[in-house]
Amino acid sequence: MSTILRAGARAPGFKLHVTPDQVLLLDEIQGKRIVLAFYPADWSPVCGDQMALYNQVLPEFRSRGAEIFGISVDGAWCHQAFAQARHLHFPLLADFEPKGEVARAYGAYRASEGVCERALFVIDEKRAITWSYCSPIAVNPGADGILDALDAMPKTGE
Amino acid sequence: MARLKVPVATSDHVLGANSAAVTLVEYGDYQCPHCAAAQLPVKQILLRYGGRIRLVFRHFPLTEVHPMAGLAAETAEFAGGYGRFWNMHDAIFANQPRLSTHLLVTLVSALELSPRAFHEELASGIHARKVHADFLGGVRSGVNGTPTFFINGVRHDGGYSAPELGASVDNAMLTIAT
Repeated sequence: MSTILRAGARAPGFKLHVTPDQVLLLDEIQGKRIVLAFYPADWSPVCGDQMALYNQVLPEFRSRGAEIFGISVDGAWCHQAFAQARHLHFPLLADFEPKGEVARAYGAYRASEGVCERALFVIDEKRAITWSYCSPIAVNPGADGILDALDAMPKTGE
Repeated sequence: MARLKVPVATSDHVLGANSAAVTLVEYGDYQCPHCAAAQLPVKQILLRYGGRIRLVFRHFPLTEVHPMAGLAAETAEFAGGYGRFWNMHDAIFANQPRLSTHLLVTLVSALELSPRAFHEELASGIHARKVHADFLGGVRSGVNGTPTFFINGVRHDGGYSAPELGASVDNAMLTIAT
């Protein structure tokens, strides 16, 4: 398992496709807490469940001032088809070119398989990582750790 | 190790004696094929351990992928208000492939419950709130898909076949004995 960035580290910036014709910069997201959910691949059964769960828990993240992003090495078109098929209401980022560059920066790349780890990061408004967790690749890490981490942060606006 | 964060309470639907040594809490979704498939092994486990085990069912509908799951859960809650939770629970799973609003109303009538009361209670939102509370409690406890089982408060991370569930129940029994 890779060694992922831990709480206290600065969240590496990124510039990734969020749709085939739209690019998102980490620095563009102002005043929000961010949850980055790295996962190995669109369409694999466990990831499907994990993203379906986050989709369902979305109001809980948003009520805590956080936006969630899924991120894998799949391309933007693949993400688009996956998001449409699963009715996902949050963005999926394509760490596609150069492949896995952002995952590597977060220590969440599995070079042996060429995919992202199943790793979660909670990032505060100042771009500091406040919590991170790397799950065994076959285990859906759920949402409880993310919600506990968001609840442990100062209330938004303080 | 994920643990159940919401203790079993009077608002829960319980099958079996409260004096049972082992409590099996299932988080399930009425439109999930795996939950339907888990019905038989769960019943086998209840039979095998007799009065030593009780089952609690809580709702975990993934409505974005299972659009009928929320209404089905509310229907079971409605039936629960009239002492028919488990009848409705079994009826919904038995009819899972043709789950629809019409089917749920038919099941309400088949259990001799009032369709009018059903519509009124659904409109009040009371059952939707209970279902959502179950869901959130599940999320906080580390439920990451369905079915997810907790055996005496500890998440069972294996499969839901009778041998796999049985092994976890046996372990829980041993823990009590020591």
